[in-house]
Amino acid sequence: MEYESKNTFNEQLLKKRSTVLKIKEIMIKYFLRLNAFAASFFILLIFYFLLRESYEAFKVIGIERFFWQSNGSADASGKLFEWYPTSDNPRYSIIPLLAGSLLTAFPAVAISTIFGVIIGVFMSEVISNKFREILKPVIEMFAGIPTVVLGFFMLAVGAEIVRELFGPFTRLNAFLASVGLSFIVIPIIASLTEDALRSIPREVRMASYALGATRWQTISRIVLPAAVNGISAGIILGFGRAIGETMIVLMASGNAAIITIDIFSSVRTITATIAAEMGEVSQHSAHYFALFFIGVFLFSATFILNLIADIIFSRLKKRIRF
Amino acid sequence: MKLKSIKLSSELLKEKHKDLPGRIAIMIISALSVLILAALSSVLIKIFIEGASVINLNFLSETPRNSMTEGGIGPAIIGTLSVSFIMIIFAVPMGIFSAIYIHEYAREKWYSRILKLSVNNLAGVPSIVFGLFGLGFFVLIVGKFLDEIMDTGLLFGQPVMLWASATLAVLVLPTIILTTIEALAAVPDHQRYASYGLGATKWQTIRDVIFPQARPGILTGVILAISRAAGETAPVLFLGCAFFLPELPLVYFDFGFFEIPMINPASQFMYLSYHIFILTTQSANPTLTQPIQYGTTTVLILLTVILNLTAILFRYKFRKTLREVRGA
Repeated sequence: MEYESKNTFNEQLLKKRSTVLKIKEIMIKYFLRLNAFAASFFILLIFYFLLRESYEAFKVIGIERFFWQSNGSADASGKLFEWYPTSDNPRYSIIPLLAGSLLTAFPAVAISTIFGVIIGVFMSEVISNKFREILKPVIEMFAGIPTVVLGFFMLAVGAEIVRELFGPFTRLNAFLASVGLSFIVIPIIASLTEDALRSIPREVRMASYALGATRWQTISRIVLPAAVNGISAGIILGFGRAIGETMIVLMASGNAAIITIDIFSSVRTITATIAAEMGEVSQHSAHYFALFFIGVFLFSATFILNLIADIIFSRLKKRIRF
Repeated sequence: MKLKSIKLSSELLKEKHKDLPGRIAIMIISALSVLILAALSSVLIKIFIEGASVINLNFLSETPRNSMTEGGIGPAIIGTLSVSFIMIIFAVPMGIFSAIYIHEYAREKWYSRILKLSVNNLAGVPSIVFGLFGLGFFVLIVGKFLDEIMDTGLLFGQPVMLWASATLAVLVLPTIILTTIEALAAVPDHQRYASYGLGATKWQTIRDVIFPQARPGILTGVILAISRAAGETAPVLFLGCAFFLPELPLVYFDFGFFEIPMINPASQFMYLSYHIFILTTQSANPTLTQPIQYGTTTVLILLTVILNLTAILFRYKFRKTLREVRGA
């Protein structure tokens, strides 16, 4: 009798506790959901906000003037490709800035692809596991160096070296910025090349050795071609990083908005333009919207590059799993 | 006859195994790699050597003097720490909680997939774009709105530390969410089922089974995020960084038994990376300030390297924990 009453008491307690527990569970779930919604709110807000401001830019300035300014007397074709937002007759062409961005990013990616793939092969195929475990974090650490440090280094040391080696016309030029950029792109490509090479199954290598191929033949004709998708995704990511980098180009490229293919001339990139001019513009002026437009252009370009790399990576994952 | 041919092919094999061009190629690759790595390291070594002669306690604590040619970088260090501190408050809880929701509660829902995709791609968006967003949204919309409803004149509606921290928080949010999801995903599902089997609720499972295992992995992401924020310059360029502040606008955060002095979040601030930028490009005499430039750069590198090394340590611990759990 006594035992039974005690038991029912326990059951009641248990029931009570379980309802408390249930309420707690639900509250926690909604709390977490709130956080997730807040985070996605901010993320969607970036997309929405940038689109809205660039829509305003189209309304205020007009889409054509972001590419050229019609001026019958100035040019044979009557089009001016210039970025002079502060003059009396403001010109907002993105073309010279885009040319500047590409002129710094392309050489940087070219240098980094060669060196990055070499380091990637070295890490994946040549050295021992133990050494690799030390080298990999070191490479990742290089990728994490603040870019202002590299900009400073290019100004303080690199400019002098480049001047003595190549004797460029201007002390700060696109080539100097490219070298600075390759300091951050090399670690990215090296690390992703290493990942791509290491994801090639061991059996493939063993089969190649069994057929009588030497180590170098296996690397150059079997492993590297098999990893080419992963490596190219790495190069795309590196290119996106080089285009979006601000501090190095702001400090080392000289910032003259001219269209040129001379790598030793001073150029001005999209990122450096935003960084240099955004602090001084008055809110909701045409110049302000123009800066937002080139920002959105940059955003879309890097977003698409990342998406392509992402698709390549996810395809690779699927293929390797099978 | 047959014997001879075997001998011949074995000789051929030996000849082939030498593969002289291949060996030379591998040697060239090794030599080039060592050379490139040496070049990368030489940047750091050069900066460290020049910087080491400048750094001492006074340099780390004093304010700049004599139009930046003397004195130290104390305010810049405190500014960097304060901005990072506020950023952590904004970004870390929200990032971790969202990741738990995405991975543990809504793993297969369509909105989690979209969120994961956009977070993934947002992580690669240039930091200057976040700066644009910070200025246009936080300063010009949220700040102006706060000023209006709180009647504070022009306090929040201008670039101040609070908005720099908020912008950096949005910048690192994708990193934190991604690394947390990765850490949670590394905990095998049979652990979850075992916990439910013992009668634990979902939250109990997350709190007592999943989270302790994922913690070092999550910490790795958080530390990397802090290191990234401390090193970023582009997004804070027009969000309240000051060239020089004569004195620190301090407020004291009282924690009962001790208090933390911090720069007033509604004021301008000095920032290590911005300090380097401004000293090298816009000071009156760049040659005179060069030792201070090297010193500041060394401090910034040391800060990020120490943070990154800690993160690597945690990642190592995370992998070890997982290995133990899986019994492999």
